This record gives sequence, structure tokens and C-alpha cells, in this order.
Amino acid sequence: MSDFLVEMRDVRIEGRSDETWMPIINGVDLTLKKGEVLGLIGESGAGKSTLGLAAMGFCRDGVRISGGSVTFDGIDLLSASAEQKRQLLGKRIAYVAQSAAASFNPAHKLIDQHTEAPVQHGVSGKSESAADGIELYRKLRLPNPDEIGFRYPHQVSGGQLQRAMTAMAMACRPDLIIFDEPTTALDVTTQIEVLASIRQIVEEFDTAAIYITHDLAVVAQMADRIKVLLKGDEVEEADTRTMLSTPTQEYTKSLWAVRAFERPDKPPVATDATPVISVQGVTAAYGTVDVLHDVSFDIHAGRTVAVVGESGSGKSTTARCITGLLPPRIGTIELDGEPLPLDYRKRSKEQLRQVQMIYQMADTALNPRKTIGEIIGRPVEFYMGLRGSAKRKRVAELMDQIELPADQYIDRLPSELSGGQKQRIGIARALAAEPKFIICDEVTSALDQLVAEGILKLLARLQDELGLSYMFITHDLATVRAIADEVVVMKDGLVVEQGPKRDMFKPPHHAYTDLLLSSVPEMDPDWLTNLLKERGVDNIGDAAVDKMS
Amino acid sequence: MNPVIKIILQRLALGLLTLFIVSIVIFAAVNMLPGDFAEAILGQGATPEAVAAIRRDLGLDQDPVTRYLQWLAGALQGDLGNSFAQANFASFVGDDSGVRTTVAQQIAPRFANTMFLAGVTAAIAVPFAVTLGVLAALYRNSVFDKVANISTLTSISSPEFFLAYVLILFLAVLNPLLPSLSNIYADMGFGERLQKTLLPALTLTLVVTAHMMRMTRAAIINLLASPYIEMARLKGIKPMRVIVHHALPNALAPIINVIALNLAYLITGVVVVEVVFVYPGIGQLFVDSVKIRDIPVVQACCLIFAAAYILLNLTADILSILSNPRLRHPK
Repeated sequence: MSDFLVEMRDVRIEGRSDETWMPIINGVDLTLKKGEVLGLIGESGAGKSTLGLAAMGFCRDGVRISGGSVTFDGIDLLSASAEQKRQLLGKRIAYVAQSAAASFNPAHKLIDQHTEAPVQHGVSGKSESAADGIELYRKLRLPNPDEIGFRYPHQVSGGQLQRAMTAMAMACRPDLIIFDEPTTALDVTTQIEVLASIRQIVEEFDTAAIYITHDLAVVAQMADRIKVLLKGDEVEEADTRTMLSTPTQEYTKSLWAVRAFERPDKPPVATDATPVISVQGVTAAYGTVDVLHDVSFDIHAGRTVAVVGESGSGKSTTARCITGLLPPRIGTIELDGEPLPLDYRKRSKEQLRQVQMIYQMADTALNPRKTIGEIIGRPVEFYMGLRGSAKRKRVAELMDQIELPADQYIDRLPSELSGGQKQRIGIARALAAEPKFIICDEVTSALDQLVAEGILKLLARLQDELGLSYMFITHDLATVRAIADEVVVMKDGLVVEQGPKRDMFKPPHHAYTDLLLSSVPEMDPDWLTNLLKERGVDNIGDAAVDKMS
Repeated sequence: MNPVIKIILQRLALGLLTLFIVSIVIFAAVNMLPGDFAEAILGQGATPEAVAAIRRDLGLDQDPVTRYLQWLAGALQGDLGNSFAQANFASFVGDDSGVRTTVAQQIAPRFANTMFLAGVTAAIAVPFAVTLGVLAALYRNSVFDKVANISTLTSISSPEFFLAYVLILFLAVLNPLLPSLSNIYADMGFGERLQKTLLPALTLTLVVTAHMMRMTRAAIINLLASPYIEMARLKGIKPMRVIVHHALPNALAPIINVIALNLAYLITGVVVVEVVFVYPGIGQLFVDSVKIRDIPVVQACCLIFAAAYILLNLTADILSILSNPRLRHPK
């Protein structure tokens, strides 16, 4: 009998693609003692989730464990029957998924989903377990703990759902919880609350956990030990402090170094220069509800304005107003000092050409049935009127600009490209119109850090070469630091602060900017502890945002 | 206003509009049938005077728009007119005291029989098909799944009269368990009526099960890749409960719609089965009335069929809306 709660030895996992089995995990060891938290970190495709699920003896459809051993508290999970494993799942091993909104069943109330595992496993009765659920909601500082459980998932916000899911995982007081990117989809101020809740409850019940994430700063707050994965192989493993201070492997060092990318400050814009885009006093509504209030800012030639804020703050609505998809109720949009018609249908082709967009989800923004050449060729033909060999030549030039060799990629379909490559195609498509101004809507938030950095560097280079202006919508302050010249901070449809980047990252800030900045996890394992000490547990995240408004 | 009530009112209004448009189509279509009642009943030896007299008597000499408006006005007041075929043509020789049978009187018992058959069939077929679909989803790609799929497909692909005769052969001739004739009367007791209806009901069950079963299976399997189903599995919930408690409530909308379509078919499309079992339903009446151009009855039947389709689809719409917790419980 080993003293490990979880012991995985030389685990090999394969996934089926077409008719062949491709390796996902190539022989990884993983051990976890009772009450210990292991951080599992890596980029998408590294196999972190697959490995985490394998620790529960679970494989998704089309995935199989092809070798090695997985033992949980002395039970061999690979030879256990489905029924034996089912008895463990939910009761002794629990799972917290990335998107609580998708992982709660929309048809049932939260508390009914909470009590399901204890009742079905015969751990406790329904009313007893519901009372315990309410107690857990209170511990996790959910608002209205007595009532929130009687709501349906769609009636509860994302951050609250994520905490309710943590409570649900705790329902049977398991020995082990797998946290699979539980805060990736959340805003920073929400994330910090969830992180604090998870850490508190894991410590209180002395639960062992595997914490899966791609965010180093987050894992630094949560884990005792960190294991780095790359394409199904272990890169290295060490306790958190050692890993952060002295990573030994090149790959780990490169992960750590990503956050260092930062563009130098540019000289100030001449005071009499005409801005490329000027948003003046824009108020816009969905239906009868105003969602933007008197928003004004300028974007000058060759500059990047980052528009920062949490979900629902009006960033994307501002973009919709500039593109003319949502004509503002009040206010004007000027291009080179000339007012643009508010409705895109009334704009000339030339005016449309000057304003282009790059989207967050490259997956859904590219037509899956068209080849790369057709996708980029379409605006070349539409805006520039090029056809035949002239069009092909221009497409090849554009692909050269985004650093994808045309001869290899021009006839491929989007599905044959990686996420970062697809986003590059999105950039090329915007460039094809030869615009002055490009709106980048969260273009890096769906990408891994290394890939995202490549995209940011590409955008910076294109700006220098072509004199482009960008409006960069993001909720990630590291991205702002990397690429912005000026920053506009939005909250509830209002601009709360704006100015040059160097001023923004220097105090004094507007209270909201300050909260945003201070909620971004840092690579210091004591950061969360110190912040909680400094602010008090009820004065972080959304609670603090609510107090402000 | 509560969004659900608003949607329901919208759908109701749309349903009424559809019914109105359908009534125009029905009237136009029936008028396009070659020949009319007078010619049909008097046969080839009819004198033009006799034909004209019957036409005048029945109002067939008026222009179609006037007749449509009269019919519509009557229908709105619940008066579907008088049956031509049951009319007392004593009026034809100058005596106008003859009693006329209204269409409503003629259709009512037939419609009740049809609803009884449809009800019995639905009571057997819907639970059977949904259960079969759930089990097929639970044991997907197993032998059970394949057998269920192939046998329901076979039964839906066979002609209805063939299925009927096969059932008669096995359940009435070789093993005399059930009567092969379904001639039911108004004053028959429920038990006897049920027994006589069972064979046609079983035949129809074989016809409608495949759609509902396959939709249930497909709608559930479609959801099995959802994160909340994975979550239920990771909570150690038994597979049967995962399907019934976690997948089925979210798969209801498409299942309800297919059930409604099949129920509508049971009301409107079962004439072959009625003929085989000599079941006095509305389908037979409809076909007979078309044969002799008994236009008021044909129109009334069509209108009832259309109303049944619209009403069942409307019910399905409303039920699938209600199956969505986002609409039942707005934020």
C-alpha cells in the first residue's frame, strides 16, 4: 500500500482520429498525496484535461488509456469495472468543469443537481444534503445562499455558477477534486473570487486536488506542486516556488518569458493631427435600453487604442457602432475628419473598405467550406477589383505578410489549420481590403500564450510597416501592456478612464481601473494570500465592483 | 406580459390565420373537382332540368364566392351545413317539409370513433416508442438497438393493409385472441369497444412507432456529448438515470413535435386501416363523400383535418416552449 492517494505510472493515452489511434499522453507519471494540490499546466493540446480525467479512470468518447496504471487509494482504476468506478465518481472523486454554464443541466435547479450525487450514492438524504449545500453556498460567499440553489442555471451568473459547481463537487466530501480550467472563461474580478473560494474550501476540508490551467499566475496561487506538460510529455515537475524561481527546462522558461513582450512607447501625437477614427458622444441602445452612454475617444494613425473592460461593459457594442452594424442613437463616428453614415448600409464601398474587423473566434469567422485562397481572395476581388493572376499574386503577398507560405496553405481548408494559423488568416482577410483602421475583437483570448504572443508581434509589425490604426478590444491587461499606446477603460457602457498606457499602469487610477489592475493574478505564490489579507475576503472581485456602483 | 403567454397568444393567432387560409384552399379545391353532386346522383340519364333543379335546391347555382362566404359564415357559427346525400329530395317534387341531416350530425359519431381509435393507438404507441427510443439510446450500437431500429423501419416501410392482414392472421385467425372486424356501435360498452379497436390500434402503432422511436433516440444521443451529460457521468450517476433524468428533459422539444405529427396522422390518414377492419371512422366517410360529391361533408372533413393538424402542432409548439426552462423561468 503506497502513501499516495493517486498514483499514475507510465500512463499512455490515445485518441482516435479517422481510423487510427494517435498518442495524446506518452507515458506520464503523476502522484498526489492526501490533501495536496497539484497544478497541471500546458498549452491546449498538451493533454492536461485528458490526463486529469484519466486520474478519475474516465476517458471521453474516442479516447482510450492504452498503457500504464492508475491507482486511486489502492484501487486499480484501469481494471475496475464500470460499476466500481461509478461508485467512486461523485462520491470520492469529483470534477469541476471549465464552463459551469455548460456543465450544469439547464433543465434542473442548482440545489437538485447538488443533492443528486449524495442521494444517488446513498451518502445522505435529500433534505440533509440540501441543507449542507446551502451551508456550502454560504461558505463560498454566494449571494443569497438560502435561495440561490432554487434557481435554474441560466438565472445565475457565470462566476456564481462556477462557485456553485465547486460546492456541488464538495457535496459528498470527496478525497480528490479535479479542477479543469475552472476560471478560464471568467473576468478577472470574478476569477479572483472563485480562486479565493476554491482555495478556502480545499484547505478547509483537506481535499486533494489536481488543478488544470494554462495560466501560470493562477496556478501559482493554487498549487503546492506544478507539473508542466507539452504535447503529451512531461517537461518538468517541481514545487511551486522552485518552479517559479528556477525553471530548468527551456520550454518552461519560454512560458515564463511570454509576459515580457511589451512595445516601446511612441512619441505623443501632434495636437493638431486629425484622428483616423473619432468616436464622438456615442449613445447606443439595444431595443429601448441604452447600453452605451456618451462614449468618446480618438484613434490616430499608426496607433493602438486598447478598449478594456469586463463582459457586458460595452466594448463590443462600441465596435458594432463604429462598423455601422448598430447605428448609435446619439453621436457621430468620423473617419479622417469626415462623418461616416451611421448605418453601414448607407456607407460607400470606399468607407467600408477603410474599417475592417478581426474576430475573437477564428473558428467561426472563417467559412469552413472555402479554401484559404478563396477566403482571402474574396475581399481582394470585392474591394480592389483584382481578378485572375493579379488576384492570386495579391493573395500570395498577403499570405507572405502573415508569415504563412502561400504554396503550402493556399488550397487548404480552415479545418486543416491550427488556431493561431486561422487567426492569421483572419488578419490577412482584414488586410486584403487595405484598410486604415482595424478593430481587433479579443483576437488573442482564445489562443495559448505563446501563440497569442506571435499574433501580437505580427500585428505590431504590420502596424509599423503599413501605418495601421488598431482598436484592440480585450479584457486581458497583459495584452494591453504588450500592444497598446492608449487605453480606454469601460464599465457599464461608460468610459471611466482614458489616457496613454504609461499613465494607466501608474497610480493614481480610477477606482475601477485600480480594481481591474490589482485583480490580475501575478506570478507570486503569495499574491492572493496578501491581497486577501490587504482587502479582506469580502472586498475582492465582483463584491468590490458592486460596492463601487 | 409573461413571455410564454405572449408566445402562446401569438401562436394561437397564427393558427387561426392558417385555418382561415386553409378554408379557402379547401373550398377552392373541392370546387375544382370535376362534376357535382347533381350529376353524380342522377347518373348518365339525367335530364338537364332535373340537374338544374337539384342544383338550385342545393344552392349550387350561385357563384363560388357567395357560396364560400355563406359556408364560412355558417362554419363560424358552428353550422357546417346539410349533407347532400342525406337530404330528403321530396323538396324536389314540391314538398319542402323533408327533414335534412346536418353535416354535424353525420360527422359527430364518426369523428368520435376516429378520436377513440387515435386515442387508443396513442396510449399504446407513444409510451412504447419513447421507451424504445430511450432504451435504444442507452444501449446504442448494441444488438438491441439494431434490432429495434430495423424492426421499426421494416414496419413503417410495409404497406398498412399488409401489416393489418399480418396482424389479423396471427391474432385473429391463427390465435383467435381479437376480433378481425371492428364494427363498433354507438351503444357499445367501453370494454367491448376497446377490444374491437385493438387490432386497428396495433396496426397503427406499428406504423407510427418508427418515427417517434428514432427521433427519441437521435435527440437523446445528440445531447450525450454535452458537458452537462459528461458532468452527470462524472458524478457517478447510473447510465439509465443519465439518459432519463439528464438527457430526456432537454430532448423533449423535437420528440414532442414528432409525436404531434404522428397523432395528426392518426386522425387524418388512417382510411386504409379503417377499410381493412371495417371501422366506422371519419376517413371512410370522407372517401365516400368525395365519391358522390357530397361537398358539405367533404369540406367539413377537410376543415376538421386541418384544425386537427393545426391544433396538434400548436400544442406541440407550446409544450416544447414550456419544456425550455429559460422560457418558463425568465431571469
